[in-house]
Amino acid sequence: MAETLAGAASDAAEAMPEFPMPRAAGCPFAPPPAVEELREQNPISKVRIWDGSTPWMITGHALQRALLTDPRVSANDKSPGNFPFVTAYRQQIAEYTPELIVNTDAPEHTRLRRMVNGPFLVKRIEAMRAPIQKIVDGLIDDMLAGPNPADLLTALALPVPSLVISELLGVPYADHEFFQRNSSLALDRAAAPEDSRAASTALSTYLDDLLGKKLTDPGDDVLSEMAGRVTAGEMSRSEAVHMGVAMLIAGHETTATMISLGTLVLLENPEQLALVRDSEDPKVVVGAVEELLRYLSIVQVGLRRVATEDIEIGGQVIRAGDGLIVDLHAANWDPEAFPGADQVDVTRPARKHNAFGYGPHQCLGQSLARLELQVVYGTLYRRVPTLRLAARVEELEFDHDGTTYGVASLPVTW
Amino acid sequence: MRVELDEPKCVAAGQCVMASPEVFDQRDDDGVAILLEEQPADELLDGVREAVAICPAAAIRLVDQ
Ligand code: HEM
Ligand code: SF4
Repeated sequence: MAETLAGAASDAAEAMPEFPMPRAAGCPFAPPPAVEELREQNPISKVRIWDGSTPWMITGHALQRALLTDPRVSANDKSPGNFPFVTAYRQQIAEYTPELIVNTDAPEHTRLRRMVNGPFLVKRIEAMRAPIQKIVDGLIDDMLAGPNPADLLTALALPVPSLVISELLGVPYADHEFFQRNSSLALDRAAAPEDSRAASTALSTYLDDLLGKKLTDPGDDVLSEMAGRVTAGEMSRSEAVHMGVAMLIAGHETTATMISLGTLVLLENPEQLALVRDSEDPKVVVGAVEELLRYLSIVQVGLRRVATEDIEIGGQVIRAGDGLIVDLHAANWDPEAFPGADQVDVTRPARKHNAFGYGPHQCLGQSLARLELQVVYGTLYRRVPTLRLAARVEELEFDHDGTTYGVASLPVTW
Repeated sequence: MRVELDEPKCVAAGQCVMASPEVFDQRDDDGVAILLEEQPADELLDGVREAVAICPAAAIRLVDQ
């Protein structure tokens, strides 16, 4: 009897799909076929991950929204049960990681998040449109004056978010070069680990120094605002520096990838590119940003959560302590939410995508990211109407392993 | 139609302000949503419906009265 049970259990384990799943060769934008299959068969089902545990995999759009707003679903990786860590390293450091906005639940999360939310208010972000336009124009000037072909990643995609975050944080112009070099190095997975670590340390030290200066000589920027909260005793100095580094990291690679891969999608779909380039209506670019966020869904690892109580949903019972993986790409290609989801269509209403997540942890920087992308997509193709790929898509090197999807370089010519 | 805002639920992401700036604003210090128009004119309702659909906290409701 025990043997049959064990046999049945191991059969079930064998049948259980392994996550993450590979994308199909030659299909750089679609979710892995096995993920789409899961969504079609059962949008809430179990998968097996690296440590042998079997969290729930949520692939349906509506189910994701229900669970990501459910107070019984926790982002706290110290909660009891089987939190589905992305890697062994993340599991090891969880214990030593302080309480941050990414790993807390209400009410602590609400407190921490409201503390840093001021600079991300929609009207304050909108005031950055002109400075961002200037940054983007300057980078395109430099690209056009430099060698042709160029790598769009180094010419535009990486420097835009880095310069914008410098602006937001209040890094003086003279230090932009230092800041950009080190932030690229800190995040470059191809760089030697000791170089990346040295760059991160250099950035933290630099931000801590700068915060010190803003304590006595504040300006109109995020670091000064946090310095004010440090003085008022609402936030510790190290929390403020942590937050500055977090904004840098969370906003850098993500925005850069949306610039490079968004451009690749448009170059591969010339009729869509023409709509974005030729329309007089600014709403078209706004819509294109949403559609490309949906279509690409670059956060490819799946959000990680754990249930704190039993939850009955979608004909299943999630038990307290069960892990949850929320695969955003799967939901953004859910035909029930987006008919013809496998087609990129910049005119579709795509705003209800989950590319920034959903619920209380939905991306803090989303208004800023949207603005950066609106300015880039609204400028690059108009200023460089002959822009085209200087390589074949099959030659591009996509990053399948990172938290966010990406491409190592994007050679373009004009 | 009347708009209801469940303020304690609001996560202050400002999606409503983007969808419907005539009806919503954000508090200056922490970004929590403020209702500018409890009973918006008909031509504003599409924007409000959009806000209801995209609010990440499901904190906005549009009710018949
Ligand atoms: C297109 C670019 C971006 C994408 C696709 C993106 C995506 C995401 C996603 C999916 C989450 C949710 C994580 C979760 O629920 O566990 C998130 C959270 C976050 N993002 Fe972004 N992001 C982008 C740009 C930015 C920028 C520009 C910044 C900052 C300047 C930023 C800062 C953050 C922070 C601080 C969080 C944590 C929020 C929380 O846990 O409460 N992101 N982002
Ligand atoms: S969209 Fe929802 S959560 Fe965001 S500010 Fe408006 S009411 Fe608050």
